Amino acid sequence: MGIELPDATAGAVSDLPAFDVATVPTTGAVGGVLPTTEPERPLTLKVPVAPADRVFRGLLTGGGLVVLIVMLLIAVFLAIRATQAIHLAGFKFFTTQSWLPGSNHFGILAVLPDGIFIALIALFTAVPIAMSTALFISEYAPAALKRPLITVVDLMAAVPSIIYGIWGAYFLQARIIHPIRFLALHFGWIPFLKVRTGDFPSSYTSSTAIAGFVVGIMIVPITTALSREVFSQAPVGEREGAYALGSTRWGMIRSVVLPYARGGAIGATMLGFGRAMGETIVVALIVSPKFVFNFHVLEGSGISISSLIALRYGDSDQISLSALMAAGLVLFVITLIINSLASVVINRSRSSAQTS
Amino acid sequence: MTTVAQRPTPPSVPVVTPRPRLVSKVPLRSVSTEALGSLVASATAAIALVWVLYSRILPFHGTLGFWICTYLTFLALFGAVSGLQFGRRVVVDRVMTAVATTGGVIVVVVLVDLFGYTLVEGAKALRHLNFFTHTMSLAGPLSPLTKGGALAAAVGSLEQLGIATAISVPLGLLAALYMAEIGGRLAYVVRIVVDAMTALPSVVAGLFVLSLYIVTLRFPASGFAAALAISVMMLPIVTRAAEVIIRLVPNSLREAGYAMGSSQWRVVWNVVLPTARSGLTTAVVLGMARGIGETSPVLLTAGFTQELNVNPLSGQQVSLPLYIYTYVRFPQHTEIDRAFGAGVLLMLIVLVLFVTARILGGAAPGEVTKRQRRAMARATSRARSRATESATETRLEHSQRQHAVITGEEAS
Repeated sequence: MGIELPDATAGAVSDLPAFDVATVPTTGAVGGVLPTTEPERPLTLKVPVAPADRVFRGLLTGGGLVVLIVMLLIAVFLAIRATQAIHLAGFKFFTTQSWLPGSNHFGILAVLPDGIFIALIALFTAVPIAMSTALFISEYAPAALKRPLITVVDLMAAVPSIIYGIWGAYFLQARIIHPIRFLALHFGWIPFLKVRTGDFPSSYTSSTAIAGFVVGIMIVPITTALSREVFSQAPVGEREGAYALGSTRWGMIRSVVLPYARGGAIGATMLGFGRAMGETIVVALIVSPKFVFNFHVLEGSGISISSLIALRYGDSDQISLSALMAAGLVLFVITLIINSLASVVINRSRSSAQTS
Repeated sequence: MTTVAQRPTPPSVPVVTPRPRLVSKVPLRSVSTEALGSLVASATAAIALVWVLYSRILPFHGTLGFWICTYLTFLALFGAVSGLQFGRRVVVDRVMTAVATTGGVIVVVVLVDLFGYTLVEGAKALRHLNFFTHTMSLAGPLSPLTKGGALAAAVGSLEQLGIATAISVPLGLLAALYMAEIGGRLAYVVRIVVDAMTALPSVVAGLFVLSLYIVTLRFPASGFAAALAISVMMLPIVTRAAEVIIRLVPNSLREAGYAMGSSQWRVVWNVVLPTARSGLTTAVVLGMARGIGETSPVLLTAGFTQELNVNPLSGQQVSLPLYIYTYVRFPQHTEIDRAFGAGVLLMLIVLVLFVTARILGGAAPGEVTKRQRRAMARATSRARSRATESATETRLEHSQRQHAVITGEEAS
């Protein structure tokens, strides 16, 4: 797979006309039944839609409608359910840091920025790995290695998030605290790398940075797969032109492949960002939740909207649920915007590259 | 184009020259001994240097830090060694080759590590066969690994996956066929909405089912609710993938079908779907692999139980992701080992689905296996024998029928 299948609809076939009007040229008409007066004009035949076809088309339309309705229902239901909490909290919903729906004191000012920080750290991790992997697969790897590597990337995409979660929480976390401690002790003068809780091992665990790092590993496959696709589409003629001018391979990549693929790679990165924003379980397993916005990313606390929902879904009273719905709605709208922007970027870049 | 060398223009050559023999002196895409030597030498030097400095002289420790330092040192050494013989362009080219290769190496290492660590940790629980045959109902937090297992979770996972597949695959296929075969303005809207829904965070899908099915409609948390949440996640994936694959079926095949006088559903049933079969199966299987690993929708909707509950419609039901998520947060080592054991089971199921998809997806649209070819030959011979039987029809009847098919009076 493609984790996400490439957009093959771009070169899609035109829809077949409904089978009710067919044109048959009179020349070569069957059986001499058709008039032969004006051989130039095509004759229009009306073929009625068979009853079986009518049922069939009804069935397909029904299927499409059901999917449409289910999907719309999710968005509408989410919005309706969220209004209660948003009404109650008003604009404070966007300016409050804590999450106490019981006493009507809740907002997303802590969870949203923290979640964005996690997603940004995920991007800082994923983009270098994904881009170099994509370049390696499309430009450097010998032919015998290409397919296995593509399979490896696809398999990485198929690994469930809970596995990344337990791997990150138990394997990686124990090993990554040494570099994190090093960063905190020697680069603590950079504001967001500071750790204010003292030099204990537990100060460096459960942080936004570790969660972001694991989420970053998770979004490597999707970013890699999409970027590789675009890299490999760079026109052969231009590649050969660069080589013919005496370019090295890296020179060719810099002057042909990267400019060609810029839009697609940016789109792939944005899709990865959207994925990272929505990632739940890894964040819920790693961070220790704290409803105060904390830009010291190496410190052991953090939260994101999705992990908030996973940690608090048990609060079954109406208002708590509605508040979670409101947070979920915000998350959904953000991921929707990011994904739409990404597809606009990808589409625009590809078409512009193809017309030039 | 800064990296393209500016070569001096070659001296003008005489017009008539004997054609030089084409002997390729330029080694294309091959690795020279010198490059390999510098590579190995730099790598060895980097490991040795960093080992001395990092673990003997400087107050550092930690494996990860060691490899990060080694890698950076290696890049610097490799660049320096190349710089002794070549100019800046070649040095940059070589260093970038090393950097790009790193990506491939990291991906493979991460995947191996992911599988290896889970397997090693999970083996502690999997070594005891009761892990496959027992549930957690008789095992407390302090029970040894010889008690309790993940049977209930495995059963629950498979049941939920089955229900979710039964819901999302037919719906997804119908919607995909609608978009690809009928089209129109409404289909455009459906496509936009399905695209938007691929962005739906999984936890929000769970929240939707929790809020609609459990809180509003007052059904209890059950395996079925979890299956609903999973199918909400699978539906856009299956629909989108299936649509892409159906659109790959060449239009000429459809036109051939119509030219034979087939109705649309015949064309779809006998031409489009068989042609796209392998791709569609791959789409479905990969959707299933995605569905079985979904944790957050299940977490919100399935409830949790330590008992074996084979009825997804009533009572809470545990599944593998939920089992892992629950037990991995226990402080006891045995519970964490059980969670990793369940993780191995989950990965095994995903792996089986993935390999199945790979095998099935090997065939391009229209490619047929030997078995399919034999079946097609049998069908053809059957049709031929039918045709010879009906050849006794008079010529008049035959032409009448032909005429009827063309004018559409007789719909097949």
